[in-house]
Amino acid sequence: MSNTSNTANDEVFRIWPGTAALASRELVRFFRQRTRVIGAIGQPFIFWVLFGAGLRGSFQSPDWAAKLQQPLTYQEYFFPGIAVLIVMFTAIFSTISIIEDRREGFLQGVLAAPVPRSVIVLGKVLGGTILAVIQAGLFLCIGPLLSYVGLSPGLQIHVDAVQAICAAIFLTLIAIELTALGFLIAWPMSSTQGFHAIMSIFLMPMWLLSGSFFPGDGSNWLAWIIKLNPLTYGVAGLRRLLYSGELPVTDTLPSMAVCLTVSAVFAAVCFGICTWLVSRPTANNVA
Amino acid sequence: MPDFILQANGVSHQYGQTQALSDVSLQIRAGCLFGLLGPNGSGKTTLFRLLATLLPLQTGTVSIAGFDLKNQSSQIRRQLGVTFQSPALDNRLTVQENLRCHGRIYGIASGPLKSRIDDLLNQFAIADRRHSIAGELSGGLRRRVELAKGLLHHPTLLLLDEPSTGLDPAARRQFWDAIHDQQHREGTTVVVTTHLMEEAECCEQLLLLDKGKVVCEGSPQELQASLNGDRLTIRLRRTSELRTRLESFLNAESRPVGDRLCFRVNNASGDLQRTMAEFGDEVVSAEVARPTLEDVFLEKTGRVLSDDHEAKS
Repeated sequence: MSNTSNTANDEVFRIWPGTAALASRELVRFFRQRTRVIGAIGQPFIFWVLFGAGLRGSFQSPDWAAKLQQPLTYQEYFFPGIAVLIVMFTAIFSTISIIEDRREGFLQGVLAAPVPRSVIVLGKVLGGTILAVIQAGLFLCIGPLLSYVGLSPGLQIHVDAVQAICAAIFLTLIAIELTALGFLIAWPMSSTQGFHAIMSIFLMPMWLLSGSFFPGDGSNWLAWIIKLNPLTYGVAGLRRLLYSGELPVTDTLPSMAVCLTVSAVFAAVCFGICTWLVSRPTANNVA
Repeated sequence: MPDFILQANGVSHQYGQTQALSDVSLQIRAGCLFGLLGPNGSGKTTLFRLLATLLPLQTGTVSIAGFDLKNQSSQIRRQLGVTFQSPALDNRLTVQENLRCHGRIYGIASGPLKSRIDDLLNQFAIADRRHSIAGELSGGLRRRVELAKGLLHHPTLLLLDEPSTGLDPAARRQFWDAIHDQQHREGTTVVVTTHLMEEAECCEQLLLLDKGKVVCEGSPQELQASLNGDRLTIRLRRTSELRTRLESFLNAESRPVGDRLCFRVNNASGDLQRTMAEFGDEVVSAEVARPTLEDVFLEKTGRVLSDDHEAKS
């Protein structure tokens, strides 16, 4: 950053209004596009019900589920993973708009404004995070109710107030992590097609291989990939917060402390890279 | 000593192997309406982006309002109002939401921002469109919203990139009225890039750019006066057949403009009389005029400024 002569106080004063303005713009845009609301929450919901019903018979419960009071159904297993998928879709939809913002010219107007470059990242990440937490939270509240209409088995999920707050906070952390990741992928892209390609070959596999869709206990190499995937720690942390009772620490289910640390570090790294990318004035910044 | 708000020395810029600007220097007086005139690809948009702090300064020095572009871009951004060629509005937000979002980014507190937005909407006669979605406005209206957006924070220097691209003549006139009004009202310095003659003639000072180099500078009147002689434009019945004969008769080279031939001559009225006497029946129309900025550009570079007046860069 070139502007080091400003006082820290002045910086804080300038960071908040700009961040709030950009974040609220994200919210207004989102609620004006009804199809986005349906896309981000509808598809994961359908996945959950369909895969839950279809894979029910062939699902092999992971080692850590042995101590649960009842055997783990696939739909229960899949539940935290779907919440994370909603967060990921929301993050993708929010950050793909960076490419549109650049093409439509909005972005260069912001880049020419006297705000610290981190505001441009913060505004987007904050907006995307709020949307992701609202939608994933909605799913976590509504999902268990589906058992009353026969679309899901009864879940062994008994969430008290403290657990709900912890889950919301951890969901926020995952949302920051994924929105920042989406941001740094979208920033150098010149077309939305490019982003879709990255989504199919990188982001979706990242979610599939995070212990959200299958435990991956059986295969050695798969277990390694899952272990190296930062998102594994997001899914596992959420799983620990949602299920009732203590779950043991296994190869594919890290401890809560590890989950928190890895998620926080990964979010911070992504955010740092984003700010660095934005603060470089390049020919790419202008349409 | 005149008060310069912008001074640039030896500015060069490269995109990869392409030299977009080479050794450009300019000075702009405070309160001036300054034009950067050049054909597409002349480097004027690159210069605009450098001044708007969107591109890194590679070579040379630029100071704006006493701040150094390289090290104090943040302070410079505070002084700048920027209006882009394609309006930088969020098409899904209303006019008011766009202005409010932008004002908050510029750190204007909500009370003063509200009254400032009211003032500007009235100044640009768009108050009735306050709640319209920006994407549904006509090009002219969007351009005016964009201008209002650029002026929210009372910039000392307003940068406009090809401001009347895509505007019809009426909208163009309204837009320029608004700019002149702003310049007189608040003493704002205005820098505008353009490839259009009509826009360049509105400016007080001009810098002509071609292939990234400064061709010449001065007021439109000075530049036009720098050319000797007049411009004689003749339309003939059989232009292609008679062109060479007419050229040797007048002892001057011609330039075709549409179906007419354009000559730069020292004694236009005398030449016109001689032509009428010699070619009489063949002449459909003839016109004598002072050289235009187009002629200035042609004289200095050997190239025409713009073939297509509506071409986008």
